[in-house]
Amino acid sequence: MSESFEVVVIGGGPGGYNCAIRLGQLGLKVACVDKRGSFGGTCLNVGCIPSKALLHASELYEEARHTFPKMGINGTPTVDLKVMMAHKEKAVSELTKGVEFLFRKNKVVGIVGEGKITAPGKVSVKTKDGVRELEAKNIVIATGSDVATLPGIGIDEEQIVSSTGALSFPAAPKRLLVIGAGVIGLELGSVWRRLGSDVLVVEFLDRIVPGVDSEVAKQFQRLLERQGMKFKLASKVVGVEKKGATLVASVEPAAGGARETVEADAILVAIGRKAYTDGLGLDEMGVKRDSRGRVTTDEHFRTNVAGIWAIGDVREGAMLAHKAEDEAVACAETIAGRAGHVNYNAIPSVIYTYPEVAVVGKTEDELKAAGVAYKVGKFPFTANARAKSNLTTEGFVKIIADAKTDRVLGVHMIGPDVGNMIGEASLAIEFSASSEDIARTSHAHPTLTEAVRQAAMGVEGWTMQM
Amino acid sequence: MSIEIKVPALGESVTEATIARWLKNEGDAVKRDEPLVELETDKVSVEVPSPAAGVLEHIEVKAGGTVNVGAVLGAVKEGAATAAPAKAEAQTAKPVAQPAKAAPAAAAPAVAAPPPPPSVRRIAEENNLDVSAIQGSGKRGQVTKGDALEALEAIKAVPLPKQAPAPAGPRPRAEREERVPMSRLRKTIALRLKESQDIAAQLTTFNEADMSKVMALRNSYKDPFEKKHGVKLGFMGFFVKACVAALKEIPAVNAEIDGDNIVYKNYYDIGVAVSTERGLVVPVVRGADVSSVADIERQIGDFAARARDNKLKLEELLGGTFTITNGGVFGSLMSTPILNMPQTGILGMHKIQNRPVAIGDKIEIRPMMYLALSYDHRLVDGRDAVTFLVRVKDHIEDPQRLLLDL
Repeated sequence: MSESFEVVVIGGGPGGYNCAIRLGQLGLKVACVDKRGSFGGTCLNVGCIPSKALLHASELYEEARHTFPKMGINGTPTVDLKVMMAHKEKAVSELTKGVEFLFRKNKVVGIVGEGKITAPGKVSVKTKDGVRELEAKNIVIATGSDVATLPGIGIDEEQIVSSTGALSFPAAPKRLLVIGAGVIGLELGSVWRRLGSDVLVVEFLDRIVPGVDSEVAKQFQRLLERQGMKFKLASKVVGVEKKGATLVASVEPAAGGARETVEADAILVAIGRKAYTDGLGLDEMGVKRDSRGRVTTDEHFRTNVAGIWAIGDVREGAMLAHKAEDEAVACAETIAGRAGHVNYNAIPSVIYTYPEVAVVGKTEDELKAAGVAYKVGKFPFTANARAKSNLTTEGFVKIIADAKTDRVLGVHMIGPDVGNMIGEASLAIEFSASSEDIARTSHAHPTLTEAVRQAAMGVEGWTMQM
Repeated sequence: MSIEIKVPALGESVTEATIARWLKNEGDAVKRDEPLVELETDKVSVEVPSPAAGVLEHIEVKAGGTVNVGAVLGAVKEGAATAAPAKAEAQTAKPVAQPAKAAPAAAAPAVAAPPPPPSVRRIAEENNLDVSAIQGSGKRGQVTKGDALEALEAIKAVPLPKQAPAPAGPRPRAEREERVPMSRLRKTIALRLKESQDIAAQLTTFNEADMSKVMALRNSYKDPFEKKHGVKLGFMGFFVKACVAALKEIPAVNAEIDGDNIVYKNYYDIGVAVSTERGLVVPVVRGADVSSVADIERQIGDFAARARDNKLKLEELLGGTFTITNGGVFGSLMSTPILNMPQTGILGMHKIQNRPVAIGDKIEIRPMMYLALSYDHRLVDGRDAVTFLVRVKDHIEDPQRLLLDL
């Protein structure tokens, strides 16, 4: 006996659960299948959320030690890692329960099990109580991504870890080697540096955070180095050997050259993620994938097989929870016969270190390459009243606008709390705003957001507070 | 459904108006055509009527604000009587409640573009730009700064009449001069007149009329006329009638060019230029062909009085088919009037002056008036123009012809 739905979503991460919720809202009968055992996907269980819990806690610890005395607050805080981890786990478990609540509220049937497409319109789910056969006219693949690995470096999640293991070290490793200067490496590297590790980041490219505006990236690297993080750029780790409790990594210049060895007590492999499509039955169904294993779709998330859709990390584009969420809504609305749309240019990207990095739209590098004439407005947090009184004056806001139309093309920020401030910039880009529109919009004083306004003024040369 | 209240066309040389006052408040019930708001222009005050019966939903531009022709002043919610607004809301809300199966966005009703962002509001204000006329590229058709700049550029690309460079004086000039910004009305007049000269192929033909008979007629009947009709018998009534008769004979002078077409008008709405302190206005005598001389005189008298008090209504200034201007009242002996576009003819009347003229073989002193007809040579041939003016002359020199339709 098979159960009948209008849509079955495979994967319960930010793509899958949001797609299911939106479909439920639109009145469709929908099931969401996830094998993990708790909904929320990588993001909620072993990604964004637990890492933010640790980033926040460790940042407060660092602030308490370094900034509090400057404000007249004394005392020596200590870290109880067990409690910190429990705090992290509580946040995760409450949020995954939140997803279950939202499923009930929107009449989504959540099924824990491994889903496989067996025939057009048919999904077979292996649960701990046996196999459930589901039928649905539409199947949405939202299975996300998995950690990418390096040949010759086996991840044991204890000493050589992925992001997952790096969220649960029982104690701060004395020496932590991070492979990859991307978002994950720098965020988790920051966590353990604050908690006591010596952190060395090895990156294949000659710069950190590829894709981020290079001016921001340079400033970012300087600030991280000032905090004590070390970098070895344009280098690659070619092998790791275990010598007793110590790991010995062989590092070579990316362009070739003399090999050197680096000793570490733990290694975090953070070179990226790859689309996860194992065991879904995609090959049997003839669902097309690209050379990197990602499911190919049209702009409305349709695969080449009628009735099979794909959203989130499993298809092309930035591997961001909110990108998956945007696609989820658009895909659900398209399935429900509405108009769904994602403006990829207005999707922000945030690195939750201190200071934070938040960007949306085009970088100066991209515009230069495309030959677009642009103007830039910049404002440093040192000139912002709130940053000054908070002792968080590192970083700046940079706004790039079209030279002719003044339309905002990109906003790049590094500084305190910029992850929360980027929303305004996304809205501006989504609504085709000009720098002048931001500049003429009232911003509360004294707030950090005033830096955005002043930078916007700077595009047309009328920054007032500098 | 909400219906926008827009600034109507404001007449010949007016593109902007100031909101004098709102006659209704937000939430007030309004009848269709009931005046909602009073606009003040350089020439007249205009009351904008409600486009529908319902409730004044919202006021976009408050009293004192400046608006361009076509701008949105506010909105009226149709049919929503104040007494039962909730009910009306409920009714309109209903269809939205069952969306899932509905067709995608295509079926959505056309919604007015959202109000412009601050950059566009500034550009519009600084450049006198009508935002509602710009096609918006933003979300839901919102006009972006780029759109506004592009529109501005397009306007600027149209070559304005070139100003001759001011000759540099050999001496410091500032102290002996007074520099005053041009009023909006003056600027508009300048632009319109130059536009008229740029577009039409204008030239003027002259003639003269012996005013003896029409003056004799006037002298014989002015008292009984004024007694009966309560208005003085002047010459304008005769000239209007003479022009109508001539226009009927030469339709090209009562026409306009519209793209590749010629529009011949089978009605005779004659604009009569009236000078006021604020500038020239041209109220229109409607249906001059079916009006009596008394009607026309009364109408013109009324126009002149109200023009002085700035009480002319907007619609009274719109849509004339031919214009008469009388420079004679200021003593002009001869002039070449400029066409009131898109009309193709304008008659210039002048001062009546006793002059020696040859009548048969004798020289006599006669009250003479030079007549001028400026016309658009694109549409009106020389023969037509001359014939027209001769016809006017004939009718004025022998007004009985008018009676007999000769």
